[in-house]
Amino acid sequence: MYVADSRASTSTAAQASAEGTTRRVSAGRYRTAVAPTVLALGTVSLITDVSSEMVTAVLPLYLVAGLGLSPLGFGLLDGIYNGFSALVRLAGGHLADRGGGRHKWVAGLGYGISAACKPLLLLATSLTPIGLILAADRTGKGLRTAPRDALISLSSTPETRGRAFGVHRAMDTAGALLGPLVAFLILRATVDGYDAVFTVSFCVAVVGVLVLVLVLFVPGASPSPRVPATDTPSRPTIRAALGLLRGRDLRRITICALLLGLATVSDSFVYLLLQRRLGVPDRWFALLPLGTAAAFLLLAMPLGRLADRAGRWRVFLAGHAALLLAYALLLTSWHGPALPYAVLLLHGTFYAATDGVLMAAASDSVPEELRSSGLAVVQTGQAMARFACSLGFGAAWSMWGDRTALLASTVALALCATVSLTALRPREATA
Amino acid sequence: MTLRNRILVLAAAVLALAAVAVASILHASARADRRDQAQPGGPSVTEGRVTLTSPGSMVFRNMAWGPHRDELTTVPAANPSGPRTASGVKCLRFYAASGTGVCLQAVHGAVSDTYRALILDADLRTRAKYDVPGIPSRARVSPTGHYAAWTAFVGGDSYAGTNFSTRAAIVDVRTGRLTPSLEAYRVVKDGHDYRAADVNFWGVTFASDDRTFYATLATKGKTYLVRGDLRTRTVTTLHTNVECPSLSPDGTRIAYKKRVRGLPKDAPWHLYVLDLRTMRETALAESRSVDDQAVWKDSRTLVYALPGDYGADLYTVPADGTGRPRRISTAAVSPAYVGG
Repeated sequence: MYVADSRASTSTAAQASAEGTTRRVSAGRYRTAVAPTVLALGTVSLITDVSSEMVTAVLPLYLVAGLGLSPLGFGLLDGIYNGFSALVRLAGGHLADRGGGRHKWVAGLGYGISAACKPLLLLATSLTPIGLILAADRTGKGLRTAPRDALISLSSTPETRGRAFGVHRAMDTAGALLGPLVAFLILRATVDGYDAVFTVSFCVAVVGVLVLVLVLFVPGASPSPRVPATDTPSRPTIRAALGLLRGRDLRRITICALLLGLATVSDSFVYLLLQRRLGVPDRWFALLPLGTAAAFLLLAMPLGRLADRAGRWRVFLAGHAALLLAYALLLTSWHGPALPYAVLLLHGTFYAATDGVLMAAASDSVPEELRSSGLAVVQTGQAMARFACSLGFGAAWSMWGDRTALLASTVALALCATVSLTALRPREATA
Repeated sequence: MTLRNRILVLAAAVLALAAVAVASILHASARADRRDQAQPGGPSVTEGRVTLTSPGSMVFRNMAWGPHRDELTTVPAANPSGPRTASGVKCLRFYAASGTGVCLQAVHGAVSDTYRALILDADLRTRAKYDVPGIPSRARVSPTGHYAAWTAFVGGDSYAGTNFSTRAAIVDVRTGRLTPSLEAYRVVKDGHDYRAADVNFWGVTFASDDRTFYATLATKGKTYLVRGDLRTRTVTTLHTNVECPSLSPDGTRIAYKKRVRGLPKDAPWHLYVLDLRTMRETALAESRSVDDQAVWKDSRTLVYALPGDYGADLYTVPADGTGRPRRISTAAVSPAYVGG
């Protein structure tokens, strides 16, 4: 039985009965099936990721070969944008909760903005407009993430939430793997067909938005997640959203996500370390992220299920143990041919065991009327911690070299994991 | 709305969007046919023998539309806008010296493009092949023909990733020994050992002693001219705000692009020449932004590419800051003056 921490919110009773309703609805359909809304959102994410990864995959080539621009220094925008995207995410979460659950509207707006950006790429030919379009695209992504995760959590029962997030993340990653493939097939069939890539990407994005609209907005659709009334005790104000952190469980989860995020070396550093320490040939370098994604795709659902059964918290920490092991492998002097595969498998396992699972775990501690804001707070905390870590890691690399920097991160991760395991362990809140 | 109607709406929309998508792909692939037709008024290109030792000639990548687009072609150095002779070898970037050529080309794979560097002999036969980890940018051969270097952009892999880095490789053509990235070299910056994760190198240029080279090092948002030593595998910073250096034939001056304050972010460079003895900078007469590693035609004249109707055109300007830029060739890039 799902037990809400009585101190987590003032609406425990409302929440408990709400959960009961959700459960009855889905129990009435198929006790074990994944909720249609989750499948629909998974489909939307899959389609949208095909669209956005098509653009990402050809962008460097387009800038250099298509437009003759020098892409160096483009990264400067990244740093500034990281801070902004955190704010957008919080705003998205807050907007979605206001007015009694506008999750689907804010999510739809986010998907719409990203779709609208694709044809604009056809018109932009210099760095500044392209930078702005990419920023708008990511604003769309920032807006939609928290409401989408809230919809997933609201349309699945607490006992199957881990699996629901697992299904969604697997579909999302499948799209991310397909996108670059589609883009290169188009480039192969054409001459300098960047315009075709952007046009097709736009068409695909529109299909994604359409699926979202047809499933979530058109009356008579599959049971859309019930919207909590506005006059519940915790009104979705910004103060209420921040007040969530007074609840012990969410505060613990957020602090853990922050702490562990502070010791999570960013992906690009992991690939760079893999290449430097293990001598991965240059031509394989671009394929390294695919290894992580493939493992993520395959393991997201099984690990989500495992999280439902064995406890989300345990799986979340085990995911970090996998990351710790990956760091350790990078630090060893053993350079077997299987090592890159092992590191990538562990890296993918880390994502599969933590990304959706964290959202599932956090959902348990956030009342429904603040679900988007609450998830946004956790996501933002984690994202900012990871950003801080990549700044720190870069500095450590400069001062001490890659090996020592990695050693420091390994120790930090082990420490943070120990603290999370002992001092900050929340009451396990699964059936 | 019933499920059936919803599926109908979706199917209709998908069909309409698929039509748009297919039309855009067809439009883009029809470009292939157009580009295989020579343009009226364009340079005449005929197939023939191209060597890297024929006296007084310029070898470059021909960008004029027609059957020989993107092939290495040659013209007499004295008549750069004259009829071109095409070799059949396709390159994105090229350079040559003393009978050794380096050709950076794309390899079209089933699911993605990869890139490689070919070391060519005087008859453009491939002597060695090396993987290039990203989109080719700069290519150079040492005046002796013993060393070759190239730079590639290695690009972002995260969602809408916009972080790029460069990778500069040097190979000893005689032994085949490859340094895949100059990041393996020791960096001495302002007299101290320097280490940073964000170090990037590009635009290698060689001296004629088979030991010294110059390149651009970028770190923490600044660029530096570095002098490199192939024997001690060390680079030392000499000067700031120098990109894509090109060493003069007598080894005393560096032509380079300098980032100038007040220019647009995507076209911020002016051509300069740095005197290595006095470290004095001289602005050249070209007022447009140049994004190229210039080539010394002789000890007084520089040649460089600017964007043109068919990709790029070649221009020339005196190396002492006097005179005016002059277009010498259209639809051409990556020139090398060969045969002494």
